[in-house]
Amino acid sequence: MARKPQDYKTDVHNNWCPGCGDFGILNAVQMALAELDLEPHRVAVFSGIGCSGKTPHYINTYGIHTLHGRVLPYATGAKLANPDLTVIAVGGDGDGLGIGAGHFVNAGRRNVDITYILHNNGVYGLTKGQASPTLKLGIQTKSLPQPNINQGINPLMIALAAGYTFIARSYAYDMKHLVSIIKQAIAHNGSAFIDVLQPCPTYNDINTREWYGGEDRKDPQTGKPLPRVYKLEKQGYDPLITPGMSDAEITAKLNKFIEKALEWGDRIPIGILLKNETVPSYEDRILQRIPFYREMPPAKQTIADELGRPAIDLTKFLEELKVT
Amino acid sequence: MHRKNELSWLVGGAQGSGVDSAANIFAKACAFGGLYVYGQREYYSNIMGEHSYYQVTVSDRPVRSTRSYTDILVSADTETVFLHARDVNPGGAIIYDPKLTETALSKVAALEHRARHDLQRYLSSKNLPETMGGMLQDAQARGVRLYPVPFDELLQKMTGEKAPQLSVAKRMANTMAVAASCALVRYDLKLIERALEDVFQGKKRVIELNLRACELAYEHILKNFAQDFPLVLEPLTVSEPRIYLTGNQATALGKLAAGCTVQTYYPISPATDESVYLEAHQLFERGSGEPGAIVVVQVEDEISAITMATGAALAGARAATSTSGPGFSLMVEALGWAGINEVPVVVTLYSRGSPSTGLPTRHEQGDLRFVLHAGHGEFPRIVIASGDLEECFYDEIRAFNYAEKYQVPVVHLLDKALASSSQTLTVFDPQRCRIDRGQLVSTAGEGYKRFVYTETGISPRSALGTPGGIFWNTGDEHDELGHITEDPVERVRMMEKRAKKLEVAAREIPLSEKLTIFGDPNAEVLLLSWGSPKGAILDALEVLHAEKHSVCFVQCRLLCPLPSDDLAQLLQKAKRRVCIENNYSGQFAGLVREATGIAMDHRIVKFNGRPITMNEVYESVKQILSGKAPRRMVLTHGA
Repeated sequence: MARKPQDYKTDVHNNWCPGCGDFGILNAVQMALAELDLEPHRVAVFSGIGCSGKTPHYINTYGIHTLHGRVLPYATGAKLANPDLTVIAVGGDGDGLGIGAGHFVNAGRRNVDITYILHNNGVYGLTKGQASPTLKLGIQTKSLPQPNINQGINPLMIALAAGYTFIARSYAYDMKHLVSIIKQAIAHNGSAFIDVLQPCPTYNDINTREWYGGEDRKDPQTGKPLPRVYKLEKQGYDPLITPGMSDAEITAKLNKFIEKALEWGDRIPIGILLKNETVPSYEDRILQRIPFYREMPPAKQTIADELGRPAIDLTKFLEELKVT
Repeated sequence: MHRKNELSWLVGGAQGSGVDSAANIFAKACAFGGLYVYGQREYYSNIMGEHSYYQVTVSDRPVRSTRSYTDILVSADTETVFLHARDVNPGGAIIYDPKLTETALSKVAALEHRARHDLQRYLSSKNLPETMGGMLQDAQARGVRLYPVPFDELLQKMTGEKAPQLSVAKRMANTMAVAASCALVRYDLKLIERALEDVFQGKKRVIELNLRACELAYEHILKNFAQDFPLVLEPLTVSEPRIYLTGNQATALGKLAAGCTVQTYYPISPATDESVYLEAHQLFERGSGEPGAIVVVQVEDEISAITMATGAALAGARAATSTSGPGFSLMVEALGWAGINEVPVVVTLYSRGSPSTGLPTRHEQGDLRFVLHAGHGEFPRIVIASGDLEECFYDEIRAFNYAEKYQVPVVHLLDKALASSSQTLTVFDPQRCRIDRGQLVSTAGEGYKRFVYTETGISPRSALGTPGGIFWNTGDEHDELGHITEDPVERVRMMEKRAKKLEVAAREIPLSEKLTIFGDPNAEVLLLSWGSPKGAILDALEVLHAEKHSVCFVQCRLLCPLPSDDLAQLLQKAKRRVCIENNYSGQFAGLVREATGIAMDHRIVKFNGRPITMNEVYESVKQILSGKAPRRMVLTHGA
């Protein structure tokens, strides 16, 4: 019997603000897990700190709410020890691109088979709305005493430079789109990064649901809003880089990526921007060194014999050190 | 001073000039000959050019530490003579390059200002020239024998096929000096040959060249000098299998024996060699014929190192990270996370000169208080300290057992002296050890609560992926399921649950793993210490006992939970209490006073970045026995 989103819910009281984009992401994760019919005990959801950090508590899988900025190395450790787990990491933009920026970059060069969902709302919500690393220069959200003095980071561009092999953007209020992206990210063999645009109804009064939806700029003819968010797949954008492609083809793809990743303001693309199948995952690289890694990963090796003695035979290594 | 099979030997030179290889060749040659060897490696935080040295103690009885004096000083440069000649015993020897005798002190570029200044004053006070020759004259006047070895001239004898390139020849001078020292003590050249083959494994040409150069140096000594050097080394026949290894290697082997399958690290002296060894020995066999492997991950920083290891431990692997003080400083927040979530992660910490970057390649035990309190708030941890290389191996296995049994982070506190010293030891026996995974469950079911309240505070632990074992973790205070709570009653219960585990550990861990008593605890003097000073203390104890002095030694190995009652019992009865450690303030002495109310009569401390020598312990105890010792004694030996 196929599982339902309900099967991935806990009865923990949810204390996010009404209308928070986190709800969209939470529901999308649960729907994606249900549609993929993953056994809850084979899934581990990791999170950082902040409002989004509470996500695992609302999901009925293994749920590890870690430290501020450190979600990726925790998640990586678990995945490497037991590659049979489906590992999803979630965290805010301050968590991943501020305090955890070093981990975000370095996770890219490893390309471990995990999915990382960035809750990107431009503010540090739980500490009452300070500017986060993605907030644009000069923007003054509700609780800022003065306009933002820093430039905003472009998460997609960093992800590209760092080496993520699956890079996507979605929108917290487009459930269908987000579920589809999460499912493809989980299916991808390698590090998948999803930048989820997510209004903070309490503290970001600039990039609101209405703003993303274009309520402020109605079509003069129809009177309907002109949404800022648009879907790349509807424009014939092809994110796929496959083995055998020429350097010129790849360069053309990356140029297109950069063009799209830099779009902001009146036109904000969502969808998969890159799916690179030419780079082996970290697990596949380990496999080159440890041929039995998949069958006997670190968490599944028998380390003691039936009497509880160390199962390892150290003779060979001790022999190397022998002097008499 | 005629002595057989008892030698303190030192080789020095510029970093990158083959000092380590030379020392290894000598030490291995001695070890192959059935002699016991202890080697202390001293080097700068530098790739090339600064002075490094390696002091080797050789004996026909087990040796565990360095001597303050040198019997044979082996050099091929000037700096070694300037820095170490004054430590050579009367009757001892200096092997040197005669072409360097005129080299002035002012030309030795890498010398520290303070050392240069002191040497200037010393030489001028004796009316000696400020040259290497001046140092040699001074040594000779004290009864030290001089053995010039003209390295270049000897190398010129290697013509044709065997002629080495200049760069190779330069590095060979140290090896030749080693051979010359062996000729002095009439040690068999065959054993050097064996050592060369071992150290330069598989590099046929290098072995050949070095061997020829060694022969020339060896012959040079036999031909030009009377064979009357009073110290002799003679190979012994031993039936017991022994290994020769470093502390980094011993610890790495301990991890493998313990079943550690994930090691994370960020490069840092003096911890890195452990991880490098593990990566080089990544694949192995299990007794059952099954293959085994450890995944070693070099990460972006120490925060990643500990969090990644913690993630792996959550998934059920035995996981560890290895670091030094600056790295551990970055790990403390995550240590607390492992504490509140009861994750069995092991941190191997090699302390070094501190604070901040401190003395990156030098020794210190300055991190004790830090390790005991690292992390904000209160959470249980276990801290153990090994005193020697053998303990590094066996304790590492215990570290993982404690971690899993009590579901706490464990810090295995080591130091630079242990990391990079090398020693001959009885081959390790992993079969003596037991692996105890505590309450790790393979299946769970309906109603499973990861943090269920129990009598002992220890709850059955499921690993990520276990059917029926779903749990939650959070750095927030949590309930039995692992969900966030700020409820005051739940908070008290959960704090008490975690704290209780440490009480259980204190009760269950056998006394033999908490502390070791050497000698009669009712002796005139009770020496108390922890960690690496053990070797120097035991070596000194042998001499003191031989001289019929009444001294005992208590080595504390479990630092948290501290065996306060056991220590108090011993200390109450003790006549004179002395604590020895490698830090400024006497951290352990302070800790013991805090826990037992008993103050030490003497605190012997050393914080110049160099380990304590056997002679320093011996002389300090003699001073204490004479009743003339101050309460705080600062040791300062070492170049």
